[in-house]
Amino acid sequence: MTLLNPDADDHSAELARARRRRNRAILTLLSGIVAALVLFEGFFILRDSQAPKLVTALFAMVWGGGGTAILYLIVNQLIEFTSSKWQKRLTPFLFVLPAIAFVVYFLALPAIRTFIASLFDRDGSSFVGLANYITVFTEPFMLVTFRNNVLWIVFGASFTIIFGLLVAALADRSKFENLAKAIIFMPMAISLVGAGVIWKFIYAVRDPSDVQIGLLNAIVVALGGEPQAWVAMLQPWNNLFLIVIVVWMQTGYAMVLFSAAIKSVPTDIIEAARVDGAGEFKIFFSIIIPSIMGTVVTVSATVIIFTLKIFDVVLVMTGGQFGTDVIATQFYNQYFVNRNAGLGSAIAIVLLLTVIPVMVYNLRQFNKRETL
Amino acid sequence: MAKSKGNPFPRVFVNTTLVIICLLWLIPTLGLFVSSFRPRDDIMSSGWWTVLPHRVWVTTEQFKPDPSIDRNGVMTFEGATGTFEELRQGVESSDGKRVIWIGNKRAGTIQVQEQKWSGLPATTLQNYHDVLAGKDVTISGNAEEAARKGEDMSDAFINSMAVTFPAVVIPILMAAFAAYGFAWMRFPGRKLVFALMVALLVVPLQIALVPVLSDYVHLKLNGTYMSVWLAHTGFGLPLAVFLLYNYISTLPREIMEAAIVDGASHFKIFWRLVLPLSTPALASFAIFQFLWVWNDYLVALIFIGNVPGVQVLTMRLADMVGSRGSDWHLLTAGGFISMLLPLIVFFSLQRYFVRGLTAGSVK
Repeated sequence: MTLLNPDADDHSAELARARRRRNRAILTLLSGIVAALVLFEGFFILRDSQAPKLVTALFAMVWGGGGTAILYLIVNQLIEFTSSKWQKRLTPFLFVLPAIAFVVYFLALPAIRTFIASLFDRDGSSFVGLANYITVFTEPFMLVTFRNNVLWIVFGASFTIIFGLLVAALADRSKFENLAKAIIFMPMAISLVGAGVIWKFIYAVRDPSDVQIGLLNAIVVALGGEPQAWVAMLQPWNNLFLIVIVVWMQTGYAMVLFSAAIKSVPTDIIEAARVDGAGEFKIFFSIIIPSIMGTVVTVSATVIIFTLKIFDVVLVMTGGQFGTDVIATQFYNQYFVNRNAGLGSAIAIVLLLTVIPVMVYNLRQFNKRETL
Repeated sequence: MAKSKGNPFPRVFVNTTLVIICLLWLIPTLGLFVSSFRPRDDIMSSGWWTVLPHRVWVTTEQFKPDPSIDRNGVMTFEGATGTFEELRQGVESSDGKRVIWIGNKRAGTIQVQEQKWSGLPATTLQNYHDVLAGKDVTISGNAEEAARKGEDMSDAFINSMAVTFPAVVIPILMAAFAAYGFAWMRFPGRKLVFALMVALLVVPLQIALVPVLSDYVHLKLNGTYMSVWLAHTGFGLPLAVFLLYNYISTLPREIMEAAIVDGASHFKIFWRLVLPLSTPALASFAIFQFLWVWNDYLVALIFIGNVPGVQVLTMRLADMVGSRGSDWHLLTAGGFISMLLPLIVFFSLQRYFVRGLTAGSVK
């Protein structure tokens, strides 16, 4: 391997080497600056070019992926020209600083900026203190929003976990385990917008005199009922028809984790219980469930975070109408449709506050894993 | 795991329940898939499940009823007996034929129908053509001929690729560097910074949209591919660093030390040794990030907005739901196009995906 061989130079004059080295350093520095400029400016040329779409797109892919790699490479070259003491100090920064800078700029800093914006009025011109937060917690439309998120958490999380457990337990005893898991898992690959289209088609409703082409209404009519506009009727229970979509998508996730956990329950304990005459249900509820409790909690936490942030499904299915707004769509509607920057920001901060308990929990879990 | 032979749990029960659940899970997607190949008029006039072979009534005979017959009393045709009202609904005769009165009482006709198996359903690729085409497409119906603009999903498909590929590669590269740094380099504050980074894992990205968008507008970056790459890089990094750290920190210490003794720089070790060794972890995260970016709607909606020619698939599809809400022949085909690539990636690399899920169950 070439990497194991240190550069074996000839024993040339010390002075010449130092000069060459300095010249190379200057050259690299220059090429670095040029590369960065070309990468950034070239992007705009690329954006405004009239070249065929596919060419521009392919070029952009190489640009984005390759450009990042080249920047790392050039900076590393620069660092290697410094003395070994400085190399030792600088190299860690090359490795971790870009990532830190990105999360600071895209996650940490925005949290602070959004918080500041939430203390100002709709166009950010005058300070209003906590007025936006008072609106968030008192206005009827916001209370409906919170109620919906509670519905999402309660029903979304519980059904996901029940179905996930059921499928994991059943598949574990079936010959078709892999096929069944792949089918249940498949919706995870679909976008929430795509899932919205799929389910809109199932909920499709037409005039009672027409043939129903939506599956649900066709079944209802075949059983002698009246066709219903499922996502618009009987508030707040119409939310359940949206929650079904996310249960359909998330069950695969829960199933995979539960399945792995169930497989790690020691077989001899289960066999021993069986010898003692315990029924399968008893084994499931008093042996398997307790021993995978940790996974159940983790999955619940993940599903809760996911449902708290739910956005796409609601926007595609109802746009938040018929009393189906959730925090994330309300944020979008207030900020981008209603143009109320202060209120929108306050809603985003409330969303952050609601996930903090889950965040603390996740950190604890993480520390536990560290000590293992 | 070996299954016990004397499993007392009825296998029939297990398999039946599993099949029912699997069907429930499969039917929604199946409906979309089947419908996307049906002609427009068929989609609107019958449910997609009618493509399954079933028996339909086919008219075999048709005649005018005898004018002298008493139309207010009970009538008998072809062995079927009933009043006018009953005949209007159709009366089945004893030999399995159905007699039905078409039209009004005075000038109606009688149809005799028999049950036959439905033939093969009509299929078409026209829906796909319509949604993919960017130029005008001509729709020829029965009597109408109309021209309108296609949905131009092929353009959106290319955009999705141009957005997704760098949005997967850039965070992987950055996260791998950072994970290596956190795992194998010594610098002050290492543990604290890493913990803070992982803590950002659950910060809702909604919070970042507004401030970042205002910066983008100043830099004239909004509406470009790059705006989405950078945003997805920022949002994806905590998970990426976390997943890759878990893997890279468990690489054997001896290999690293041997390389350092041989005088290799960190950069060389990382590039030639750690990256190739970490392929499984990189693949896991790549699939995660690919599915996430490809399927993302919110980030694209905010940062690309209504700039024409840059819109990604999810945005096109969501627009179609708004503008062509009941044109199911377009929505079904468009929906399927949007999920084609993720499904392929997903099924071919499922193993890595599952590994990633079980390793970092916090996203």
